[in-house]
Amino acid sequence: MADAPRPGGRATAHIPGTRTPEHNGAAPGHGGTARHRAVAGPGAAPSGSRTPQGTGAPQRTRTVPGWLWSLPPVAALALVFLYPLALVVQQSFSPENGGGAFDAYASVFRSHSFREALGTTVWLAAGATVGCLVLGFVLALIIAFVPFPGAKAVSKFIDVFLSFPSFLITLALLFIYGTVGMANGLWTDVSGSAEGPFHFLTTPWGVLLAEITYFTPFVMRPLLAAFSQLDTAQLEVASSLGAKPARIVRRVILPEALPALAAGGSLVLVMCLNEFGIVLFTGAKDVTTLPMLVYGKAILESDYSAACVVAVVNIAISVGLFGLYRVVGKRAGA
Amino acid sequence: MSGIRFEGVSVEYGGNTVLDRLDLTVEPGEVMALLGPSGSGKTTALRAVAGFVRPAAGRVLIGGRDVTALPPHKRGIGMVVQQYALFPHMRVEDNVAFGLKAQKAPKAEMAGRVAEALEMTGMAAYAKRHPRELSGGQQQRVAIARALAIRPGVLLLDEPLSALDAQLRSGMLAELARLHRELPDVSILYVTHDQVEALTLADRIAVMDRARLQDCGTPQELYRAPRTEFTASFVGNANLLPVTVAEAGALFAGRALELDRGRAVPGAHATLCVRPHLLGLGAGPNALSGTITEVQWRGSTHRLYVDVEGHRIKADLPELRETPALGDHVTLHFEPRDAVLLAAGVSDG
Repeated sequence: MADAPRPGGRATAHIPGTRTPEHNGAAPGHGGTARHRAVAGPGAAPSGSRTPQGTGAPQRTRTVPGWLWSLPPVAALALVFLYPLALVVQQSFSPENGGGAFDAYASVFRSHSFREALGTTVWLAAGATVGCLVLGFVLALIIAFVPFPGAKAVSKFIDVFLSFPSFLITLALLFIYGTVGMANGLWTDVSGSAEGPFHFLTTPWGVLLAEITYFTPFVMRPLLAAFSQLDTAQLEVASSLGAKPARIVRRVILPEALPALAAGGSLVLVMCLNEFGIVLFTGAKDVTTLPMLVYGKAILESDYSAACVVAVVNIAISVGLFGLYRVVGKRAGA
Repeated sequence: MSGIRFEGVSVEYGGNTVLDRLDLTVEPGEVMALLGPSGSGKTTALRAVAGFVRPAAGRVLIGGRDVTALPPHKRGIGMVVQQYALFPHMRVEDNVAFGLKAQKAPKAEMAGRVAEALEMTGMAAYAKRHPRELSGGQQQRVAIARALAIRPGVLLLDEPLSALDAQLRSGMLAELARLHRELPDVSILYVTHDQVEALTLADRIAVMDRARLQDCGTPQELYRAPRTEFTASFVGNANLLPVTVAEAGALFAGRALELDRGRAVPGAHATLCVRPHLLGLGAGPNALSGTITEVQWRGSTHRLYVDVEGHRIKADLPELRETPALGDHVTLHFEPRDAVLLAAGVSDG
């Protein structure tokens, strides 16, 4: 905006003066500025005419101060969210068997299981996010720009897909690739062997597949919205100038999709970090993510302090990423 | 040197024929305007040249080469559209360089050709700006520079001035005429619904209506001697009077009219085309009397609507000293050489 071709734009500060020309007449010493205002007038006038409503005193007919209205939502939020959150944080600082406030943190951070869970969580979330971005971008491109019958229906289905619970996808994958699933069943029927070849579902790769399958639509939704805003004339002009489809995707579509990719990608990253249902339902015993560790510590080992420490770490990562997303998103103009 | 040639080009869309057997040749270096109302097929014809629609029948040739089956990026065409369609995340210079990069022009040449194109459109000072920092007129200049940078043999302009306000439009019109003089080898297909743009800029005008080519000729031919009722009314908004051809002239509402041109078989029904500005006030040859139903003051002229035996006749007269009143009885007349006799069409103008 700073270098927009608006000669009058910088004169906005003088606007109140332009609205009251009689004052300028009464103060001859300011004649020079008055002329300056008159010159700046045409460019600045539109914003000037808006200011009186903006800065003028609002009509005081309400007797209840405005901030009172914020109390009910804040109270509800505090009761159901902030208070339990505070309890979790407090618990993480008060080990059950006594000791210093940071003892639980020290022991959790030292433990091998925590470090492994942290690593698994991060690489699974990052991997799933990259997978979702690539797959989502390609699928959204096809749905938005390749005319095929039923493209609208597919686009609508993606909205429905977003409402599915995450374990449903895992369940579906279990039916197909599980130890007693269709794929393995077909294999044992055909080959006569006792066991099928598909065991990846209980490995981290199975979790990755399930997460990519489930979270890809979360990337596609903002992408499809961005693509529908894209002026198709741009694509046509690009191709008339000699650009092949791959170049158009790379140089025209991708740059304009970046904010949507950033939005969808960071959403998926945060959701993957906190994903519990998918990991649980794949039955991958060796795949321990942070939420699984919280569950294990709290429910199976009854070690609430340790569980709360892991939870606090998980929350910190999520909130940190969300903050980063907001900063990046704002810069990208999303 | 490459012209454009349509050979029986038909385009269908969802079962409708949106372009019906178009035969048209744009000579190398010629500006051809495709003029018509919306839905007349003019934009479809342009899109067939660009390669965005595949004709159901016929061939499109560019520079004698059949391009009907060629994808758009292999046709080497410059294109400018109504809403500019600049790439918003690229600076002006990158927008202009886009085609050169896509066509893998030598790096050493690139900067020079971008500068040349920007110079030609008067946008050299804005090379580092982003499109959103430019006004509509400036954006359209960049769009033109981008199209010219690849040095196309054929330039397609799709309503390039329609998004600009009236004052800018006349300036850009002069600019386009100058560009054409500077690039005499480039064939230009100019789609517009604005007859002023077509009359000003085009070497020839192809008038389109309802998916068909109605008429084609130089602006003077179409204006002075239109061949169809549609051309007569769309270009110059002529009066169309149903007449019966007589031995010498024609009969209109029981009056004998004297005519110079376009004699047809006596007794046949025909349409007489008279331009509003060629009608004079007062007695004279071919006098038509009636009552005024509407008066519009247009600055330098008065537009009168006169009811003559149930026919509404438009007359543009140099500004009258005394504004005539509604219901006044007036007489209009026109010179025999100023009227054109057309074969009666289906539509009754």
